[in-house]
Amino acid sequence: MISPLSGKKITNKYFKRLDLRFAQIFLLVLLPIAVFLFSFAIGRYGIPVSQLLLTIYQHYFGSSTAQATNLDTVVFNIRLPRIMAGMLVGAALSAAGAAYQGMFKNPLVSPDILGASAGAGFGACLAIFLSQSVYVIQLSAFLFGLAAVLLACLINKQLDYDPTLGLVLGGILISTLFSSGTGAIKYFADSNDKLPEITFWLMGSLSSINQRDILSVIIPMVIGFTALFLVRWRLNVLAFGEEEARTLGINTRRLRLIVIIGATLITTASVSICGMIGWIGLVVPHLGRSIVGPNYRTLLPVTCILGASYLLLVDDLARCLGSVEVPLGILTSLLGVPFFVIIFKNNIRGWK
Amino acid sequence: MLEVRNVSYSYGPSQVIHNLSFSMERGEFLCVLGPNGCGKTTLLKNILGLLTPSSGSILIDGEDLQDLPLTRLAKTMGYIPQAHTPPFPFKVLDVVLMGRTSYLSSLAVPGKEDEKISLESLEELNIGHLKDEIYTKISGGERQLVLIARALAQQPKILIMDEPTASLDFGKQHLFLEHMRHLSQKGISILMVTHDPDQAFFCAHKVVLMKQGRLLDMGTPEATIIEKSMKEMYDIDVKINGMKLADDRIIRVCIPVPKRYKSVLGA
Repeated sequence: MISPLSGKKITNKYFKRLDLRFAQIFLLVLLPIAVFLFSFAIGRYGIPVSQLLLTIYQHYFGSSTAQATNLDTVVFNIRLPRIMAGMLVGAALSAAGAAYQGMFKNPLVSPDILGASAGAGFGACLAIFLSQSVYVIQLSAFLFGLAAVLLACLINKQLDYDPTLGLVLGGILISTLFSSGTGAIKYFADSNDKLPEITFWLMGSLSSINQRDILSVIIPMVIGFTALFLVRWRLNVLAFGEEEARTLGINTRRLRLIVIIGATLITTASVSICGMIGWIGLVVPHLGRSIVGPNYRTLLPVTCILGASYLLLVDDLARCLGSVEVPLGILTSLLGVPFFVIIFKNNIRGWK
Repeated sequence: MLEVRNVSYSYGPSQVIHNLSFSMERGEFLCVLGPNGCGKTTLLKNILGLLTPSSGSILIDGEDLQDLPLTRLAKTMGYIPQAHTPPFPFKVLDVVLMGRTSYLSSLAVPGKEDEKISLESLEELNIGHLKDEIYTKISGGERQLVLIARALAQQPKILIMDEPTASLDFGKQHLFLEHMRHLSQKGISILMVTHDPDQAFFCAHKVVLMKQGRLLDMGTPEATIIEKSMKEMYDIDVKINGMKLADDRIIRVCIPVPKRYKSVLGA
């Protein structure tokens, strides 16, 4: 068969595609499981995989009289919460980044575009400055993150300009505002104890995560992920622009609102428990696109899997790299830049 | 089918459309002609429901467009924009599937039936083989056909187009217009904004001429596209003539008359 328009010969690539599909699915199922188990095994306290599996087996199916061993404590009280948090935050930031990239029709957008991170950072710093407990710090970060996005949306409404550009503009203004607030707090903070604590928080880390932290963010996470997951196919249509999406029957205002609420909830919840972790929300969606293409129907779940695995691996690196833990936020940026250049260079061929 | 009744529209203090009225029947091919800035695109946006008329109303099968929900509107009217490249390399079939949006419950993803309809609309335009290609990588002409397929997947009664042939070469323009003529034969009403009076001669049943937001004339292409109205709209002299085809059909053409200059080359 010859195409009437291009005159090109048409070849059947179906079988090649099928093979690729199979490899992809295999990779996407095995990767997170492998990384999950691997992360238990490595660390300051090395655990061989056989020993690890035995411990897990005994924990759940062993006799009730078995006492909590050292191994059991390390695996279930220290590593498990940290691994869960790493996967959750990795998936959250990546999913939010992917959703925003579609909504803003811009492949260079990251989840903090509307000021969520800047707001949460300010909230946390303020609470640390006022010598509050860990829980108040998290709550304050969460609430200020939400407030920042709300303010950005209000500015957009005030501007009454192009709805997506107005949002970006609002986000930039609010981010700047909260960043200068954070700067002011750092300036006034006691340089012996408060300032290091603030600085450390801002760099992002999973080292102090415990089970309670995970439970405290479970509600916003579930709401946010569900919202994004349900509208994922419609994000495709939004990438064609406001007017086309509306003529295709999409209530763009409502869809944007759902995406903003979903992405903000999961981003802010993430930042509130582990501080600022940059780049992952920008890089991982592109990695996803290079594997399964840009259709959000598959891209969003795949991005979650990749994000979870990626952040977990980087956190493993943070745990094992030196005698002192390297802040996670610094590592994600360090790795993110070269990683981004490679993926972006490959992907961009499809865009032009 | 579609009725524009006494529609006026203002961007702030400046009125762009003045009391415009016309109607379009089932299967009718209507071309809107007019100079740049005469309000053609604004008119289309009003008809598509993207803008709300300042006064007057737009009726679809007797119902006011403002009262219809967006999904209902999308099932009635398909919009074919000028092809542009989206930021992500979607597959052609995915792009066409987007035409099914209005048929899905608000949180669902398209199913087997939607896929079948999308493939059929690709086949209808003889571009079924493009389904797995990357939308951003195919040629401009193919992209424009994919957008028609997307609009057809909406299973609309009306197709609305704003200079759809602007980026196509001479041959593809007419291939495109033939597809459109065929669709109008099948009962789909087509409203097309164009800059080329010859395109109106080629495919329109009815022409609406606009100048400065007002209706200049309306009727068959033969009756409305004449030397006088062209002069009034575009301020140029044209010559319009009929040409007899081999099968005795007569096709009209509109040709601008070149001015005479004294040649520097001498006699």
